[in-house]
Amino acid sequence: MTMLTNLSRRTVLKGIAGTTGFVLGARLGSDQLLGLPANAAEGKLEANLFVAVDGDGSVTITCARSEMGQGVRTSLPMIIADEMEADWARCSVVQADAEQKWNDFGQELDTDGSRSVRRDINHLRAAGAGARKMLEMAAAEMWGVPADECVAQNHRVSHAPSGRSADFGELVATAAGLEAPDPATVQVKDRSDWKYIANESAFTPDAYVDLVDMTTGKGVFGADTMLDGMKTAVIARSPVYRGKVESYDDSAAMAITGVRGTIELPMPDLPIAFKQLGGVAVIADNTWAALEGRKALSVQWSESDNSALDSPSYNDALRKAAAEPGTTIRERGSYELARDKASAKEFTREYFVPYFIHMPMEPPAAVANYQDGKVEIWAASQHPMAVRDTIAEVLGIEKENVLVHITLLGGGFGRKSKADYAVEAAYLSREVGAPVRLVWTREDEIQNGYYHAASAQSVSAVIDAGRVSGWRHGVAFPSILGLWVPEQKIGFNIEHGLGLIDMPYNSIENIRIENGDANLHTRIGWYRSVNNIQHAFAINSFANELAHEIGRDPVEFQLELIGEPAIIDLTKEKVEDYWNYGDPIEDYPIDTGRLAGVLRKARDVSGYGKPLPKGHGLGLAVHRSFLSYIAQAVRVQVADDGNYSITRVDTVLDCGLGANPERIRAQCEGAAVYGNTIARQGIISYAQGAVEQSNFHDYPVSRIDDAPLNVHLHRIENDHIPSGVGEPMVPPFAPALANAIFDATGKRIRNLPIRPEDITAA
Amino acid sequence: MNLTVNGNPQEFGGDPNMPLLWYVRDVLGLTGSKFACGTGLCGSCTVHVGGEAVRACITPVSAAEGMEVTTIEGLDAEGNHPVQRAWRAHNVPQCGYCQSGQIMQAAALLSQNPDPSDQEILDGMSGNICRCGTYQRIFAAVKTAAKEV
Repeated sequence: MTMLTNLSRRTVLKGIAGTTGFVLGARLGSDQLLGLPANAAEGKLEANLFVAVDGDGSVTITCARSEMGQGVRTSLPMIIADEMEADWARCSVVQADAEQKWNDFGQELDTDGSRSVRRDINHLRAAGAGARKMLEMAAAEMWGVPADECVAQNHRVSHAPSGRSADFGELVATAAGLEAPDPATVQVKDRSDWKYIANESAFTPDAYVDLVDMTTGKGVFGADTMLDGMKTAVIARSPVYRGKVESYDDSAAMAITGVRGTIELPMPDLPIAFKQLGGVAVIADNTWAALEGRKALSVQWSESDNSALDSPSYNDALRKAAAEPGTTIRERGSYELARDKASAKEFTREYFVPYFIHMPMEPPAAVANYQDGKVEIWAASQHPMAVRDTIAEVLGIEKENVLVHITLLGGGFGRKSKADYAVEAAYLSREVGAPVRLVWTREDEIQNGYYHAASAQSVSAVIDAGRVSGWRHGVAFPSILGLWVPEQKIGFNIEHGLGLIDMPYNSIENIRIENGDANLHTRIGWYRSVNNIQHAFAINSFANELAHEIGRDPVEFQLELIGEPAIIDLTKEKVEDYWNYGDPIEDYPIDTGRLAGVLRKARDVSGYGKPLPKGHGLGLAVHRSFLSYIAQAVRVQVADDGNYSITRVDTVLDCGLGANPERIRAQCEGAAVYGNTIARQGIISYAQGAVEQSNFHDYPVSRIDDAPLNVHLHRIENDHIPSGVGEPMVPPFAPALANAIFDATGKRIRNLPIRPEDITAA
Repeated sequence: MNLTVNGNPQEFGGDPNMPLLWYVRDVLGLTGSKFACGTGLCGSCTVHVGGEAVRACITPVSAAEGMEVTTIEGLDAEGNHPVQRAWRAHNVPQCGYCQSGQIMQAAALLSQNPDPSDQEILDGMSGNICRCGTYQRIFAAVKTAAKEV
């Protein structure tokens, strides 16, 4: 079976990047991608995995990525509709289940890493073009004319020489009986012929498939599936990671009306991965009874080594590990030789970013129904296959016996890439013998989550004759890899590749980047833009400090550090496994020219250099992440008491081709708010192994009265292939803000979050 | 006890302390109102009781006895309340989860103050959290809706 994914990615991407339409270079047809004649009798064309056409001409397009606010259920299907020449008004969208056929085809369902458009656009275009070709072939057969004279446009196929034309619906019966087209005859459109792709005017409110549901309360999220006989469960979990249930007393809980029982969930063996934490579940007729029941439950938890996690001492250990020699993960030249020159001076600063938690508005939620050895589950999940596979593993059943449906996600931000809550729901449904809706409260989400790693960073520069001749960056943080390798002490290549070893100051001749050891005491998980947050914060803050130290304009100085346009080749600097966000470095090199380009543009559009009123400041930051290049300029107004407000944000984005420019704008606005929370609000701390925060009162997030409301997107127009959007506009915000506060007040902030009292402190 | 929900009379014999949120969601199956904090801190569960915006997650159902309760499903029969139309015109939602509460809050705000100042919009909407960060569009949509109500 030859599949589209067997195409060399390079070939396909080059095709997309070119200005002329590309002919698919390999067999497009397979039983799975094209032509499923089983449905011919029903008068329906199932052209491929993604596209079906009914006899009335209505088109059904399957979306294989999860919707969590990026608009993916509109953006991706419209790529197909465009190539198919379907009228979007006659298309509807269904959500893919976690079925094996997607794996076999090579379609990721995991919605993560800002990669849906860049990974999918080629085969979605091909799927649309292939369906179009089948309808053109059907018309040719019906009319007895050459296929290459039949042209699809706007939901009809026409034959100009004879003046005949037919609606897609009229062609379905014939098309459904056809063999798959010869891939050599399937051609995607020229970019200049696109109607929807990359065309902002196509993305009107009417185009959005979920907008009416989202404004009328009809959207179905993780806890909204209703099944007959369904029970609701909440779980008491240990406040300290890996605390076990020693004993529990549920007599008071059972006395509450509506509580039906309690069930102990086993604590699984390590590695924890995406498995459940364990604990005691309260099963009830409704959510209120379950919550009241849990309140009345008395559980004795065992001691755990992780009660050693006390934030002040733990954070000190991280700082020490970052400053001291660690494992070298990138080396260019010799930092020591540069530092030890008589004319050289070393300048060092330390930065700290605490633990964060995701806080999607919808806490994790799922509804599961276990019957006769099979599980059907409706989950708000970014990672449908992880839900399937982890449930199969924990319940000891075959993957084929787990059917996963994906609901709308009330935000994800990486939390819902983990399947633990879906496993809990499935496990409890089996034990209860009825459908179970699993509810996480906000307190559960904050206290039993997967945390963005706290990190300490020590950055040094060697200044020699007014230039930077050496750069040393030491980091220490608990690694995500600990989910699978509990003894892990340093980060792994993916974490190192998040804006750390790919540090872009290419003009510096001597560079050393080191990772010090850190112990693991909790579940670490990825969080929107992940370690780019701390790396962008330290690198941009430090460059700004250096510029002031040696009396240079910060932006001109940063451009000088970046240097002449070049491609950075990390393999020459003892980096063997640079991740590059999982995509080929040939397609997505580290391009300092594009990086400098967004910084220059941010300087120009933000009014940088113009005098500002007293108490106002402007700060810039620039960062490459998720293969995109972003510079942000943040304007801040700081009051005498240290309170501050963001008066304007200019974001310059170079993400190559943008499939849906309107949602890119929305992501830009949202990323500024997300960045604002990171920069000034959220902080998770531990005392004796337990998280000290519990809800929005002590883990505040941005509200409308402190959020940036004046956010402007500036796109770089170019012919580059698509790169990430959802995450990469987050990391530059915090350093741009810190630099702006310095500009306004002269106060340098090196630790997040930035609180008013940090600004007024001596 | 008796109450009216979206124009329909209802009788409830369960726990009178049950928050209105769980009553409308679990008992009546009206899932448009959302749970996000359970402590009245985020506004995702906002409904109207007697025309006033309340946080359903901390309002016992007994507090609505004899009252008219309106959820997002009942705000407008066609889903075309001026606030809903403005929300669509500005394409406000991202994930959509908080938007029922945002819309119910904005509708109550505008029914009491049809011509709010910028500061009154910020004050009126500051109890409703959106983690996707749609505030810029919420602010614009409230202003648009204010012209229509």
